[in-house]
Amino acid sequence: MRNLFAVAVLSSIYSFMMASVVLVLDAPDVALTEAAVGAGVGTVLIVGALYLTKTDESPPIHGMFLPLVVAAGTAAALLFGVSDTPPFGDPSNPVTALGPDYIARSIPETGIPNVVSSVLASYRGFDTLGETVVIFTAGIAVLMLLKRSPARRRGDGDKGG
Amino acid sequence: MRLDLILRVATKLILPFMLLFAVYVQLHGDYGAGGGFQAGAIAGAGIILYALVFGLAAARRIVPPALVETLVPLGVFIYAAVGVAGWLTGGNYLEYNHLAHDPVHGQEWGVFLVELGVFITVSATMVAIFYAFTGRGRSR
Repeated sequence: MRNLFAVAVLSSIYSFMMASVVLVLDAPDVALTEAAVGAGVGTVLIVGALYLTKTDESPPIHGMFLPLVVAAGTAAALLFGVSDTPPFGDPSNPVTALGPDYIARSIPETGIPNVVSSVLASYRGFDTLGETVVIFTAGIAVLMLLKRSPARRRGDGDKGG
Repeated sequence: MRLDLILRVATKLILPFMLLFAVYVQLHGDYGAGGGFQAGAIAGAGIILYALVFGLAAARRIVPPALVETLVPLGVFIYAAVGVAGWLTGGNYLEYNHLAHDPVHGQEWGVFLVELGVFITVSATMVAIFYAFTGRGRSR
């Protein structure tokens, strides 16, 4: 598929399907994020990037063999990693084993019935601070790369923006 | 006559409810699904939708880029300041227990402020990235 607009739309559809899958797995907050960020804003940004560059994929510079090896190697590494994770939904997993403790402690300690919120913002507040800093860093990095400085705008007689 | 009349009218109808839903997800995060990140994503997407339909200039009049670029670090600052407030009230960093007269109220205050910081940074970062992408014009 050479037309990258179609790829952008397909990735948006894929993201929306993933949001539905996550919703079926009882994580509505993740589904909200995936639908808003992945299917919505992400697609807008991909289309924006296509507007800045080209809408057609350039012809490949390698043959089929090298990308195939890279893809197969990555898949093998990922499968090897997955084989070491605990079984999905096993009650002895650390994730499932710690759950009842948080559920029992959340209301008496924080007064917040939604355990996801109390874990995110209170018990693991440091993690969430790190996540917020990551988003901040991503935003600053994009601004540094893409934002036009006012001095340059005066210089080259800007047409857009 | 503009051909995007349907888009404009539909956006005007949808947008208030989108922003209200963002506020609901933010403030109701203690009881239902969602929190600062989700609400920030929805609010940022609402502003981006407005910019897509009504043009970048109209969006920049309502949400100026200078304001957005101030809000991106402000959210992180609020979050980190809540952590320092935990220190100053005699606890660990990001410990909310002493922020109010009893630990449960302190936790609620801490979570509320922290989620507010996340909301500000997430929504502002989305809009800032969108402005950076669309404010450039074609390079060729």
